[in-house]
Amino acid sequence: MKTILSAQQLTLTVKRLAHQILEHNATLQDTVIIGLQPRGIFLSDRIVAELRGLVQPGAIQYGKLDITFYRDDVRQGLHIANSTDIPFSLENKHVILIDDVLYTGRTIRAALDALLDFGRPSKVSLCVLIDRRFSRELPIQPDFSGKTIDTIISQKVKVCWKERDEVDEVVLV
Amino acid sequence: MKLSTKHLLGIKDLTRDDIQLILSTAEQFKEVLQRPVKKVPSLRDVTIVNLFYENSTRTRMSFELAERRLSADVLNFAATTSSAAKGETLLDTVNNILSMKVDMVVMRHSASGAPHFLAKHIPAAIVNAGDGINEHPTQALLDAFSMKEKLGKLEGLKVAIIGDIMHSRVALSNMYLLKKMGAEVTIAGPPTLIPKYIEQALDVRVEYNLKKALQWCDVANVLRIQLERQNQPLFSSLREYNLAYGINRKLLESLGKEIVIMHPGPINRGVELDSDVADGPFSIILNQVENGVAVRMAVLYLLANEQG
Repeated sequence: MKTILSAQQLTLTVKRLAHQILEHNATLQDTVIIGLQPRGIFLSDRIVAELRGLVQPGAIQYGKLDITFYRDDVRQGLHIANSTDIPFSLENKHVILIDDVLYTGRTIRAALDALLDFGRPSKVSLCVLIDRRFSRELPIQPDFSGKTIDTIISQKVKVCWKERDEVDEVVLV
Repeated sequence: MKLSTKHLLGIKDLTRDDIQLILSTAEQFKEVLQRPVKKVPSLRDVTIVNLFYENSTRTRMSFELAERRLSADVLNFAATTSSAAKGETLLDTVNNILSMKVDMVVMRHSASGAPHFLAKHIPAAIVNAGDGINEHPTQALLDAFSMKEKLGKLEGLKVAIIGDIMHSRVALSNMYLLKKMGAEVTIAGPPTLIPKYIEQALDVRVEYNLKKALQWCDVANVLRIQLERQNQPLFSSLREYNLAYGINRKLLESLGKEIVIMHPGPINRGVELDSDVADGPFSIILNQVENGVAVRMAVLYLLANEQG
């Protein structure tokens, strides 16, 4: 087991991601943040909390998306659905998708499909905490990434959040 | 977590966990149905036949909508306009349909046990959409979903099931489900329409006085008088039934408390329910219909994942 990010590094990385998002969209006008269920929510909650301290708190539209019903491996075992909560239209919005780990890219593929059912975004960007860059199975890349790592398939990246796992850290198992 | 069964033949075969999984999945599908695009691609590679040997409006349309909103391919079969009218047997009919590569069968039949018979003889997943006077599991699931949505829980809820218990598959499925989920059940109706020994068999209370039953309950699930299944007179007239067991606004207002009114449809207006109740503020009858689609999507989605 190897630590990729310690608690302190994780906090700094979240802050950096929030600032990078702002760097590209200074007022967050016409921008919406969408966290991916279930594991991306911990990251998106923190980034949104960070952003609320940096811009007008009311300016941020924040939703949560579950992609279970859009998976390409529906028949290879049952996946339990989580809740989706996007109480606004995505028509002509800049959507920033947030997930914890970018691995094969298949979750993001499904998420892109799902997003279209809420309107046609003008642009979609991807923000992830960990990018496992050599493991992609689809041509999908992040726009904002906390840390890029090289891994092999037999390894697992475990992201722990204080809210659920009592400790903040990212480890390679 | 997955379902403990390959088919949905009746609530009797489901565990408490199964019911909880179906209801929580249905909640997610209900959200899908509020979106601008009310459709997901989950069952793109699944073909489903709706095999209806008995008439239906709500259930058939609700299943078909659920299937289409899951992106499944849908075949519809109505016995009256098919070769079943020429004498083809149920098993032959289904085997012929399955040879055209159909994955799931949703079926309604006037014979109790027809889906159980099919399940023994064919490989496809079967969803019972009502078999004779036995069970109507998706109705009980959508009733439970609607009660939970309206009142927040099933555990400890007091539910009165009122009317033609004897001929009602909705009543039987509801009793199984509510007991499994920890609700209290009282059945009410004329003695001729309530099966003997039902108290011992299903651990429910029986009450012959309508007003007492209504005063006790949080929810009244009112059933249709099924004249088509009664081959002998069991009460003297519909008018008399209405006088003794019909629910009207005046009666509800005399209770001194609010109760939720449900009905699986179709309603015999002026018999078991008067219009001022059916269309009144306490009725959640149309919510039940709306929830039916989400619940059936959940059932089909979960069963499709049991295959292959």
